[in-house]
Amino acid sequence: MTDTAQQDDLLLDIRDLRIEGRSGGQWHQIVKGIDLTLKRGEIIGLIGESGAGKSTLGLAAMGYTKGGCRISGGSIRFDGQELVGASREQLRKLHGARIAYVAQSAAAAFNPAFRLINQYCEAPVRHGIMSRAQAKKDAVQLYRAMQLPDPEQIGFRYPHQVSGGQLQRAMTAMAMACRPDLIIFDEPTTALDVTTQIEVLSAIRRVVREHHTAAIYITHDLAVVAQMADRIKVLLKGDEVEEADTRTMLADPQQDYTKSLWAVRAFRRDPMPEVPQGERPLLQLEGISAFYGPQKVLDDIDLTVHRGRTVAVVGESGSGKTTTARVIMGLLAPTKGVVRFEGVDLPATSRQRAPTLQRRVQMIHQMADTALNPRHRIREVIGRPLEFFLGLKGRAKEARIRELLTLIELDPDEFIDRLPAELSGGQKQRVCIARALAAEPEFIICDEITSALDQLVAEGILRLLDRLQREMGLTYLFITHDLATVRSIADEVVVMQGGRIVEQGSKDEIFSPPHQEYTELLLSSVPEMDPDWLDTVLAGRETATPA
Amino acid sequence: MYYWLSQLREAPVSAWIGIVLIGFFSILAIFAPLIAPFPEIAVVGPQYHAWAAPHYLGTDGLGRDVMSRLIFGARNTVGIALATTILAFLLGGITGLLAATLGGWFDMISSRIVDILMAIPSLIFALMILTITGTSVLSLILVIAVLDSTRVYRLSRAVAQDILTMDYIEVARMRGEGLPWLIRREVLPNAAAPLIAEFGLRFCFVFLFISALSFLGLGLQPPTADWGSMVRESAKLISFANFSTWQTATFGLAPLLPAGAIALLTVAVNLVVDWVLHISSGLKE
Repeated sequence: MTDTAQQDDLLLDIRDLRIEGRSGGQWHQIVKGIDLTLKRGEIIGLIGESGAGKSTLGLAAMGYTKGGCRISGGSIRFDGQELVGASREQLRKLHGARIAYVAQSAAAAFNPAFRLINQYCEAPVRHGIMSRAQAKKDAVQLYRAMQLPDPEQIGFRYPHQVSGGQLQRAMTAMAMACRPDLIIFDEPTTALDVTTQIEVLSAIRRVVREHHTAAIYITHDLAVVAQMADRIKVLLKGDEVEEADTRTMLADPQQDYTKSLWAVRAFRRDPMPEVPQGERPLLQLEGISAFYGPQKVLDDIDLTVHRGRTVAVVGESGSGKTTTARVIMGLLAPTKGVVRFEGVDLPATSRQRAPTLQRRVQMIHQMADTALNPRHRIREVIGRPLEFFLGLKGRAKEARIRELLTLIELDPDEFIDRLPAELSGGQKQRVCIARALAAEPEFIICDEITSALDQLVAEGILRLLDRLQREMGLTYLFITHDLATVRSIADEVVVMQGGRIVEQGSKDEIFSPPHQEYTELLLSSVPEMDPDWLDTVLAGRETATPA
Repeated sequence: MYYWLSQLREAPVSAWIGIVLIGFFSILAIFAPLIAPFPEIAVVGPQYHAWAAPHYLGTDGLGRDVMSRLIFGARNTVGIALATTILAFLLGGITGLLAATLGGWFDMISSRIVDILMAIPSLIFALMILTITGTSVLSLILVIAVLDSTRVYRLSRAVAQDILTMDYIEVARMRGEGLPWLIRREVLPNAAAPLIAEFGLRFCFVFLFISALSFLGLGLQPPTADWGSMVRESAKLISFANFSTWQTATFGLAPLLPAGAIALLTVAVNLVVDWVLHISSGLKE
């Protein structure tokens, strides 16, 4: 009897699932025989680096594979129904109605030409579950449950008229429209700022629990999954590493790989010595204001960076972090204020600056993909600044390229003739670092250089930067929205909001109370590995609000 | 170059058909005097000779050998089309890339000039200019090249603008790279694939345009052999042809020969262009 009860309780049962993807004319296994079971109302977290097969596995739970992929073996039973080999018609009946999917980028998943509520109504009306009028009424209820502002009216907006976090919540509401048994969340908060992320997380969690919906939560952020999931499954290159109850997994991971994932956020570099009194700062911004068209993006920014230090600039998207970097680099002329390098006023635009000056200040971009010319081999990428700034040619240049590659821990013989497309994300970012180093700079601006990378890879980059700083006495301006990164490497922290500097000071000052109001919000929104963290923070905020 | 050779090995059948046909036409064009059995403009037989030895594709209204004229026509029409396309690409491509990279007043002025040129129907514009300048080969090439460069300008400017938003361009600008480096080393390699594909398409259009002008009597002038005017000269034969026997029916087929040659080359070029486009879109993955 108990056996049948368990059978009824079982919603999703994936056995020995194998999925192949086609690349270069050959089929490669990207999911290598994974089992996954999910009971009704249970949330399982899938974590792993990119390429681990998380998304592929998540989509397979819908009986779906992306173009160029195929299921080559195993079985997927959803509520007793076999999905492998099921007809399109059968799958169509399930999709949207009983299994729903929430994509990473809500902005890309919504059709920009239709109002939110019309897109909401589509699934329930098509599946014949509700009439359009019912669906609209229902939408308002779910919008309210997702804590969207103005739930009666928000559905009549177009996707571009609401913010990213609201859009992601509207998308979750849409997925809930038919009250599915299973929702697949594919990195729903990865693209959001921490302060928005916490709202989305709490809304998702409450709705999913209220409706007793089972969920597969895919993410690479451990702290997030710790808040959401009952169980965690760790994947690596299409294989399962281990699976356990969330608390057990956090407290006592068994496998080395999992332990290394857990340890990532523990990296702290050794503190730098105090700045001697009266030392002339390397870089100074004084009263900088800047506009994009009529819109003011920087408002009276004062910033001082001392030699050999790392200054982290944190803030949400739109806070003016990157614009500050662009002003320093001379890509955007400020309307007011001066940039001073070693006490000398810099001309406003890069064209007016002497090459010797350009050489000493370098910038590394967030997206290494677009920062490397896809048609240039590594030899040329790194060789050009050597030739341009230092006049190196022929053998001397070749030798220096190899030296730089060794410095960034890439094997010269293997990598020197590669094209960017033949590198992984972390390797590309390393090449960008080497390109900046080739100019022999004193000051490097790192613009979110680890945010597009997996945590393990990002940690490698941070360690590399730290080592280079010690060996070469470099100065960094490190722009990021990730406070964990700030904790790892910064000496000083600058908090920005809406084009202004809200607070600045040494790392210890910023991270220990008392905080500015905004800094407090920012700090408390960063997820921690503690599974009770979200509850604690939310409880704290609720009591704080009425007061 | 090596890249394209390696791609050639994996080219699909359709691309190979195109390549072989283009090769065939190029050999005809290059070695026309050696291949053609009769001279281009000499009267060598009776008028309207049927398809029989020694005039395997008959003779035209003046008694010139049609097969020889087709072969020389390949040389004239294709040669001029190629020269025109190359000129149009140099003109339109360079201005387009410059306009995108420099921006500002250069972009403004060149774009407006292109707008004006594109606002006038090109066939009517070409007819007007050619009536004024006369129909020498040189003015034909220049007029069509200028008209066609407007399309090339638009494409290269749009492609370059896309590329110029990339971070690697910003890196190069921050380094203080000059204009030649930016265009030649950063933009052009990435714009090459769509431009090559456009080259093939443009070539077809130019080629059809010359044929159309010749058909209207303003293209290559007689007695020079070219496919467009050959269609025109033999077009009226369709209505007079006697289709009762095979021998007499060949007169009716006469205009189809140059027209077929035009169509075949156009299809061949497009087959190759499709393949190039396929490769270039694959690169973006």
